[in-house]
Amino acid sequence: MTSLPTETAKKLGLVIDLDTCVGCHACVVACKGWNTQGYGAPLSDQDPYGESPSGTFLNRVHSFEVKPAEAPAQLVHFPKSCLHCDDAPCVTVCPTGASYKRAEDGIVLVNEDACIGCGLCAWACPYGAREMDQAEGVMKKCTLCVDRIYNENLPEVDREPACVRTCPSGARHFGDFADETSNVSKLVAERGGFDLMPELGTKPVNKYLPPRPKDQAVEEFDILAPLLEPVATDAGGFLGWLDKALERI
Amino acid sequence: MHPAPSVIIFTVLSGIGFGLLGFLGLGFPSVTGWVAFAFFAIAYLLAVGGLLASTLHLGNPQRALRAFTQWRTSWLSREGWFAVAALLIMAVYGGGLVFFETSIIALGWIGAALCVATIYATSMIYGQLKTVPRWNHWTTSLLFLGYSLTGGALLSGTTTIATYLLAALGIVQFVYWTLGDKRFVDRGHTQGTATGLGGLGDVRMLEPPHTGTNYLLKEMVYRIGRKHAQKLRVIGILMMSVVPFALLVTLDAGHLIGAVVVLLHLAGAFVTRWLFFAEAEHVVGLYYGK
Repeated sequence: MTSLPTETAKKLGLVIDLDTCVGCHACVVACKGWNTQGYGAPLSDQDPYGESPSGTFLNRVHSFEVKPAEAPAQLVHFPKSCLHCDDAPCVTVCPTGASYKRAEDGIVLVNEDACIGCGLCAWACPYGAREMDQAEGVMKKCTLCVDRIYNENLPEVDREPACVRTCPSGARHFGDFADETSNVSKLVAERGGFDLMPELGTKPVNKYLPPRPKDQAVEEFDILAPLLEPVATDAGGFLGWLDKALERI
Repeated sequence: MHPAPSVIIFTVLSGIGFGLLGFLGLGFPSVTGWVAFAFFAIAYLLAVGGLLASTLHLGNPQRALRAFTQWRTSWLSREGWFAVAALLIMAVYGGGLVFFETSIIALGWIGAALCVATIYATSMIYGQLKTVPRWNHWTTSLLFLGYSLTGGALLSGTTTIATYLLAALGIVQFVYWTLGDKRFVDRGHTQGTATGLGGLGDVRMLEPPHTGTNYLLKEMVYRIGRKHAQKLRVIGILMMSVVPFALLVTLDAGHLIGAVVVLLHLAGAFVTRWLFFAEAEHVVGLYYGK
């Protein structure tokens, strides 16, 4: 059903730390690797070794420059995948019921057997989280690795989304936002986690942590600096003569 | 947004088809027998042909019947229901006119209302999308209804109404462009809100997430042709409104002038509908610095 649940028992999602992400794209590769062999249709590529390669990805890393008014610019790597919104506009527009949000854990999924590939959900998503697979003609999106997180055949340490499991800098965290004592809830509270495009009212579950402010170079940072200033500003004597002579040449 | 030919053909043709069906339902023109058959045939060819064209852009059209299930939330699903209901009711009404020379007036009115509802549902598929500020406004529905009714009035030969509608549609289209040009900025969507980093300073894309293109860029960050938008707007509004209006006002509307007016309007409508898609900016472009 494409009606949204009024409340979900759990709110599973990700916290993405923009302070620690180094932009290595390992999460992109891990996501593609896991999701091309598990849930639903594989993530196809078109012309992968040709002149104009493109393909389906559920997670992508953008890089932005942020230039504060009075400080040097800073580089922010920005991973982006489905935010599993509480008020997911992609779900309600679906004409077939293929898109749905699970009442038990809040994950937004696509039932690919019911998807007609009209693409309206991708239009309704502000975040570019949904991509139509060009080989299968069905909509693909982040499943929060639903086939890992509950998978008892995997060692417990692997029961988290592939992107989180693989991140070498610990920039991605997985947990339940409905539980105030969970790791993700604490991170959001401590670090001021925020929503993307809050003005659209989608109420994303995933939160982003802001980059910490960079140290600023203070003007007088060297206690010896005053001692190293030029001694004479208008030189006289032999050096003064030499200076003038050299300038005349 | 990517101006897919199938969607442009669908919205223009089925819009005019349902417009014509609506006028026929209200008794414009009041025809029976073979003449009625010809009018209904044209209306059904346009309406149904348009709907069939819309299935061409589906990834899995063989499952299209599933689109009838989610009418509670989805305007696309509602459009399907309204369209089928309108086509069925009007078939009965048209059957009465063609084969029994009887006009079941109440049925015609219900059919006409369903035609309007179908067009409204089509417009809401676009109008509901907050992600495309240019579309997310009640004037989108006004625009779609305007095109449908004008096309329907022209095809049904209801010349006086058509003349007024042509003028009104030109004004609505002009206002739609003028208001729409400012809406993206007015809504306050920036790279700052998209990334949440706007509070720290000016945000600029440094490196895109992929070197090539992808579905998102092709489908939602379509920018080709925007540089000709102003010229196309003038061409479009001249063809679909100004010139047909002038022709109908100055010349006696015979079959020849009528045909010229209809073809001009239709060609202009394709131009402006192409612009409707090509000019629409999706907020996802902000993540790509566009």
